[in-house]
Amino acid sequence: MEIIQKDYQIRYDPHASTVICSGSFRLTGDEYASITEILNAAADAKPCELTLDVTALQFLNSSGIHTLSKFVLRVRGHNTTRVTVRGSSKYPWQHKSLVNLERLLPGLRLELE
Amino acid sequence: MAEFLGNFTERDMRDAECLELRFSATSIPLRQRWRNNGLSADFLSDYVICFFPGEDTDSAGRREAAKSAVSYIANELLENAMKFTHAPSEYPVTIGMHLDRNQLRFYVTNSVDPEAEKDLKAMIRRLLTEDTDELFIKQLESSGEGRGSGSGLGYLTMINDYGAELAWKFEPYEGDSRVMKVTTLVKLPI
Repeated sequence: MEIIQKDYQIRYDPHASTVICSGSFRLTGDEYASITEILNAAADAKPCELTLDVTALQFLNSSGIHTLSKFVLRVRGHNTTRVTVRGSSKYPWQHKSLVNLERLLPGLRLELE
Repeated sequence: MAEFLGNFTERDMRDAECLELRFSATSIPLRQRWRNNGLSADFLSDYVICFFPGEDTDSAGRREAAKSAVSYIANELLENAMKFTHAPSEYPVTIGMHLDRNQLRFYVTNSVDPEAEKDLKAMIRRLLTEDTDELFIKQLESSGEGRGSGSGLGYLTMINDYGAELAWKFEPYEGDSRVMKVTTLVKLPI
């Protein structure tokens, strides 16, 4: 499952249990619906391990933070999956804001390269 | 008669460095205008890095941190202003950025729908009086359970993740009792 737009991309690889988000996410709340569908599919597959790769995600607005947080909460609700979030210290926002995902899901691993 | 929420500092047009942009919030549909929020925010963030000279690693780090903060904060402020402006009254949205030695101040002004004003002030009072770390998690968890919209997350991120201080001014437009004018002030330490 994937969405490829000029400014942003999201791809879910079920074989690798990985969701990759890249570009800049500056969407309206409603526009995140299709992204939420992809994230829900990844969460609802209930793998043992799931990776969210945002190493190439340059910008995320608050509606995007909300969307990723709801994804983490959905995984928490299933109580079946260990999540790793891979980010990049190249983007200062990631160091500041991704730590909140750890608070939502104890045991979530945050790796900033 | 103006009402202030939080520690509001009036803008000083004598500030050595300030930049103001003004938009019509209603001349084109919101969806088309949305992309301009990012362009404007990135313009402000590119502009501000001129004031962070130096080629050493520390200076480069400060510059990137400032650029990232300005881009996020300006984008959020414009998104909120565009979403919640009272379109029928056709007042413009303005964003100003003022640079002091140790602080950036953003002033965003927009009209506010009278129906929405009460809820907006209630949300602001929560931001100013409650523990914002806990409020952030509460907002996320309640919206994750379908009990809320995640409203205020942008402001909470500014406060918690960027160390910003927020304040608001509500006042009537001159000669117009239909709607109020709200100015959101964000003070960002640099």
